[in-house]
Amino acid sequence: MNGIIPAPIARQPWAMLIPLFLLVAFGAAVLYSAAGGAMQPYASSHLVRFSVFLLMASIIASLPREFVKFMTYPAYIGVLVLLVAVEVIGRVDGGSQRWLDLGFMVLQPSELMKPVVVITLAYFYSSLPVGLIASWRALIIPGAMIGLPVALVLLQPDLGTSLAIAFGGGVVMLLAGLPIRWFVFGGGAAALAAPLAFFFGLQDYQQRRVLTMFDPEADPLGASYHIIQSKIAIGSGGIFGKGFNNGSQSHLQYLPEPHTDFVFATMAEEWGLIGGLFVLAVFSIILRWGWDVARAAQDRFSSLLAAGMVATIFFYIAVNLLMVMGFAPVVGIPLPFMSHGGSSMLTNMICIGALMMVNSWNRRNPRGGLS
Amino acid sequence: MSGLFNRKGPKRRGPTMNASKLKGEFDRRSVVIGTIQGGVGILLAARMGYLAIAENEKYRLESESNRVNLTLIPPRRGWILDRNGAPLASNRADFRVDVIPERLTDAEATIDQIGSLLDLEADRIADLKQEVTAARGFAPVEIASGLDYEQFAALSVRLPDLQGVVPQRGFSRFYPTASTVGHLIGYVGPASAEEYEEDRSPILITPGYKIGKDGLEKQFEQDLRGTPGARRVEVTAAGRIIRDLETRDDIQGDAVKLTIDGPLQDYAARRIGLESGSVVVMDCLTGDLLCMASMPSFDPNSFSAGIGSLEYSMLREDRRVPLRNKVLQGLYPPGSTVKPMHCMAFLKAGIQPSESIVCGGGRRIGNRFFNCWSNHGVVDMGKAIYQSCDSYFYHFAQQIGFDKVAAMASDLGLGKQYPLPVQSQFYGTVPTPDWKQEKFDRAWAPFDTVNASIGQGYYLTSPLQLAVMSARLATGKRLNPRLVLDGSSNDPASYNFRDDEINYIRQAMSDVVNGPGTAGRGRLPFPDIKMAGKTGTAQVVSLSVSDGRSGPWKYRDHGLFTFFAPLENPRYAGAVVIEHGGGSGAAYPIARDVMTFMFDPAKGLEKLQALERQWGGTAQQRLEKRYAAYASERGASVAPPPARDEDIFDRVEAEARLEAERTQEIGEEFIAPRPNPVASGSPPPTNGPGE
Repeated sequence: MNGIIPAPIARQPWAMLIPLFLLVAFGAAVLYSAAGGAMQPYASSHLVRFSVFLLMASIIASLPREFVKFMTYPAYIGVLVLLVAVEVIGRVDGGSQRWLDLGFMVLQPSELMKPVVVITLAYFYSSLPVGLIASWRALIIPGAMIGLPVALVLLQPDLGTSLAIAFGGGVVMLLAGLPIRWFVFGGGAAALAAPLAFFFGLQDYQQRRVLTMFDPEADPLGASYHIIQSKIAIGSGGIFGKGFNNGSQSHLQYLPEPHTDFVFATMAEEWGLIGGLFVLAVFSIILRWGWDVARAAQDRFSSLLAAGMVATIFFYIAVNLLMVMGFAPVVGIPLPFMSHGGSSMLTNMICIGALMMVNSWNRRNPRGGLS
Repeated sequence: MSGLFNRKGPKRRGPTMNASKLKGEFDRRSVVIGTIQGGVGILLAARMGYLAIAENEKYRLESESNRVNLTLIPPRRGWILDRNGAPLASNRADFRVDVIPERLTDAEATIDQIGSLLDLEADRIADLKQEVTAARGFAPVEIASGLDYEQFAALSVRLPDLQGVVPQRGFSRFYPTASTVGHLIGYVGPASAEEYEEDRSPILITPGYKIGKDGLEKQFEQDLRGTPGARRVEVTAAGRIIRDLETRDDIQGDAVKLTIDGPLQDYAARRIGLESGSVVVMDCLTGDLLCMASMPSFDPNSFSAGIGSLEYSMLREDRRVPLRNKVLQGLYPPGSTVKPMHCMAFLKAGIQPSESIVCGGGRRIGNRFFNCWSNHGVVDMGKAIYQSCDSYFYHFAQQIGFDKVAAMASDLGLGKQYPLPVQSQFYGTVPTPDWKQEKFDRAWAPFDTVNASIGQGYYLTSPLQLAVMSARLATGKRLNPRLVLDGSSNDPASYNFRDDEINYIRQAMSDVVNGPGTAGRGRLPFPDIKMAGKTGTAQVVSLSVSDGRSGPWKYRDHGLFTFFAPLENPRYAGAVVIEHGGGSGAAYPIARDVMTFMFDPAKGLEKLQALERQWGGTAQQRLEKRYAAYASERGASVAPPPARDEDIFDRVEAEARLEAERTQEIGEEFIAPRPNPVASGSPPPTNGPGE
């Protein structure tokens, strides 16, 4: 193999990339159907974006470690400033706003914050002296690093994204080796705070969505409509599905957002359980590869960074799929690599790029050589 | 997990922490997190398998019911035809609009908006708001029908803003002769909540679908209904139709062919004119009911479009009770019309026609003198009939005993119900000693025989019973009335009256009209066709209260007339009853004109048209005029009709029973006959206040 294929190509993590390509292509097929059997408007832009972001990911993959470390804090501060800017502009316009129109593209800074918070925490813990890991400094500073963007995103208000940021950051903190009891206490405090947050922190529509999860049939034409229609789509697909382009739930618009949040239901209706298992399999391959990269990393920074990226991708997948199957409230989180949407594709490809970057660092400097 | 917690101990001793321990911690915790993630993946796969395999059936059905929308196409209702196949109730193509209350977001605003689009009147809009509030949510409420295309189109283009409003093309019921068939045919209306409870057919709550609410429309509901068609369409979540999947046409309901002669029914009803009364005509060969007119009446076309408050209140306030079917639910003392039948009872008891008595302006029965309406001198059976001498009947009824007379009355159909497809028929009363004992716990007195012998007192009959009696007496056959022409042959049994008996009675009845009798102006305008009959005047109050002809309308006598024609070979028999007509003179001219029309329609119509010019138009035209006048006088300040159509007619029926009871009250003593009972009073004022 080495002889025939050029080294730069042979170096790529094909075990992950080929399933990823298949998944993206499958996603494009589903989007083609969701558009009523047309490449426009979803499928073609999905493929174009993937190509562009794949290029971006390979550029990220080639970044040297020192450069990344050097850029970490400035990037964090930069994205934080963008979040504040969104908030200010939104206030001026008199409404909630989540994005900045940069002219050539619409940027949602909260999406960028997900990988950036992971890198920032990974860098912080890697630079923290080992002995201080159980000290207050290991908790308070990262806590603030997570809390600040989470608070800003909550103000937008965007519950899903703020949870994603907190989750990514939290996993890095856990893996950094903070005493486990802190997490137990933190979990307990969160359990106590949840009812308060539910009644005072959530918007009315968000409250209803949470309640829907516990009693989906309560209000079939109101808040639980989405969940019911999504379950109908998945359930009616059966084992082999209704066939490509034959999904009535999506084509007749019973399914809300058939191309973004509920793309999995659109897929399951036409491809059935087989299609669903394929998607789950690809995700598990990608995540497993991510974990392998993280474990193979030879320093703390790279391993925490890689694990945080895996957690971020996982959060998207898990929350979206739990939602479409009726196990989680409707929180507006798209499914990575399948949903139509630039921001989520950007975030996920940054994560993939970062994982490929750590993978290439591992290659250049195999573990054990220098510890 | 356990691995994680086991690590707690060493970690509390902070100083031993080093980089390799942290690495180990990372590895352990990453395994735990990875395992949890794998668990979530398995959970998701299992959940999906559960949805797609175990619940596949359920969700496939739900997905189909999402996708496919089944619209019922209301079946066209079967026609109701007269004996010659002319429609008494048909359907007419129609643009209409309904609302479904539970789908309205703001009912008042929507109705106001439709009201302004369709130029509805203020009282109609008020009615609709009331109706929509009262209605069961899913049952459609008709806003308007008979729209023209422009209105229909104007509404259709605004549909996206009008949630719950259903405009459609359909058919509406049409009664060509309008109010003259109101009581007979009934009308149609949307199914009530109770009717839907009973028969949960989805067609009942399809917008625009109506079921029979009264009369024959209700009786033959199942025949007339037909089979709904269905249209299966694929629809989007927003309700937009993508394509037709399958359409099954409706099957029109079966036609019901009646024995009624449509033109005769219309003629008779119109001939009643300003009076309140009924006309029944039967075929003497088959028992076919050719005409069952009860006037005044309601307009079934307008009732079928929904009973308006104004209309209802106008009909309720009319003391001529336009909502009561007087043919079946009007009970009147038959008066002298029963005299020929009583004579038949006398003949059967062995009285010879030639046996005579002396009427000295009355007759002593027992130890009391009872007045006759006049002084008739020597009276035999024939004269007793054509001069309607009361004394004769006092005497012979007393002689043979009233039980025998009553048995004949029952045998000829009085106090009976007939197997007819109608909502309700009243029995009436043929009084007997047993009956009186049971009802009032009082013994039969001689004056009871006297009263009953001339059809007064407790005697109560409906116009239908009088017509049946007349037909049975004229033919000597046990004719049963029938209303539906279903091809069954009617071969009535004979009463075994002797021919000479029948001929004697016929001749005496002919003399009433064609001889020196009480209905001299009742002769038919044909040289070769003679009508025979018997007048009757039924007093509703005693002579001391009113003279029966003038004074308050409600105290005036009922005018009655039973008849058959032609004399020699009776073909038609019938009865006319005019409520408070002031005497039989109000009744027999109507019978004369109806029979004239029967034999020569042109001649009959000519007469009617002359009369209608005096009255101010046909019955339907007068009804519409009165409505317009009433509406402008009362405006929208009227009480709404009962929410359930059934209540309207239950109330009418209860009132009819009460009134019959009241009529019987005067039977508690002897009712002195009035002089000159054949005269008639002036017709009632057309729109008096309710009394």
